[in-house]
Amino acid sequence: MAVINSSSPFPRMREYRFCLFLSFLLFAFSSLTQAAVLPDERIDILYHGYDGGGAQIDGPSVLVRKSIGSSVSVAANYYVDMVSSASIDVEATASPYSEERKENGLSAQYMIDRSTISVGYVSSKENDYDATTYSLGIDQSFFGDLTTLGFGVSFGEDVVGQNTDPNYKRDLQRRKYSINASQILTKNLLASLSFDSASDQCLNLADTESCLNNPYRSVRYLTGTGGYAYQSELYPHTRNSDAVGLRLMYFLPYRASLRAEVRQFSDSWGIESDNAELRYLHPYGERFLFELKYRIYEQTGADFYADLFPFRDAQNYLARDKELSPFSSTVLGLGVTYKVPPGFIPWFEKSTVNLYWDHFNIDYDDFRDARVSPTEFAAGSEPLYSLQADVIRFYLSFWF
Amino acid sequence: MIKRLSLLLALLLCCAACSPIKPWVKPYERQKIADEIMSFDRDPVAGSYLHHVYDAREAARGGDGASGGGCGCN
Repeated sequence: MAVINSSSPFPRMREYRFCLFLSFLLFAFSSLTQAAVLPDERIDILYHGYDGGGAQIDGPSVLVRKSIGSSVSVAANYYVDMVSSASIDVEATASPYSEERKENGLSAQYMIDRSTISVGYVSSKENDYDATTYSLGIDQSFFGDLTTLGFGVSFGEDVVGQNTDPNYKRDLQRRKYSINASQILTKNLLASLSFDSASDQCLNLADTESCLNNPYRSVRYLTGTGGYAYQSELYPHTRNSDAVGLRLMYFLPYRASLRAEVRQFSDSWGIESDNAELRYLHPYGERFLFELKYRIYEQTGADFYADLFPFRDAQNYLARDKELSPFSSTVLGLGVTYKVPPGFIPWFEKSTVNLYWDHFNIDYDDFRDARVSPTEFAAGSEPLYSLQADVIRFYLSFWF
Repeated sequence: MIKRLSLLLALLLCCAACSPIKPWVKPYERQKIADEIMSFDRDPVAGSYLHHVYDAREAARGGDGASGGGCGCN
């Protein structure tokens, strides 16, 4: 029986973080300082659509951000996911379903001379999952605004339910700690470095219960007669993760920008991932902005993941979530922004119309398509699954 | 590679902390970096939605400069 350690720490990553944290503090407090600025006053109305792998998810999102006086900015966000899913997970063990998730967010920023203090609240509700998140952050600009250092913490409480069992209730606590540093390196080059350490913890659960998985998902195991059967997933009660990301933005010799991003991630479930992205933004005339983007991502699988377990209860933890399996993916993105001529829409200083399309291509290295006929493919020899998805973002933005 | 870059940056910052550095990019030299095409998060609603899609499709989370929130996507 395999035994998985669900709470292995990352001493090396923590040393790196601590070293960088001290470095930033030393750097920051040795520097000159200058006042911060509040974010723009704006309204964004977004339609989002996701179509891929048998799932269609779309809906609106609206953000309104307004300043109060010269030192306070408040924002409200309303977001809806309308889900219609017949994904591979659903088709293998359940029936297609439709549901709706609504998210409401409020945030405020208070600027005190060189610092900006942010508080936030987000509530997400669907018929079988409620999530509430509180966040607090502080940013400070230093050194004639060349450097901005930020710290953030968020605390979340989730309640996981199950439609088929009204008594099913799992409490989950989430914490996230962040450090962000932005730096003007040259007249043409910006950099931003981010560290996040996150922790998820189930509360008051028996060893045979899970809260960090989808309660409808099952793992499959060999029955010993050449076929396979399903049993419920069982996950560790904690998950700790660390991520570090570096982003660079360069103003090209002509008026266009190039953005590069790399990120490394690891967690206590044995997953390690890397991704890199290159984004090119090119203005055309006075009214258009065109964007071209390419992103690559790859990850290893969780220690307790398997596409097909050798027998029932083969390990103390069991998962067959394809998001925990080893895979690689690419994203190609295209987008255009049109700046509406000033005065065309009254009351607003500036308005834009935006359309962005992203195409995902995900190839799973150890997740097989179990929907095929068992008479045609023996258990464990089914074709590997791959997923293509299209993501549309169409939105209007207004500045006032 | 990220760890090495991070350590190098940390070393540079430590060195910088020990010397009286003056801003090397003056305010009047920042017209290019103040251009809208140089914003890391030009449209926050559109950006946070795409991060939500990444979080739902991938095991990785964080390290992207975005603030956290309830996902409800497991």
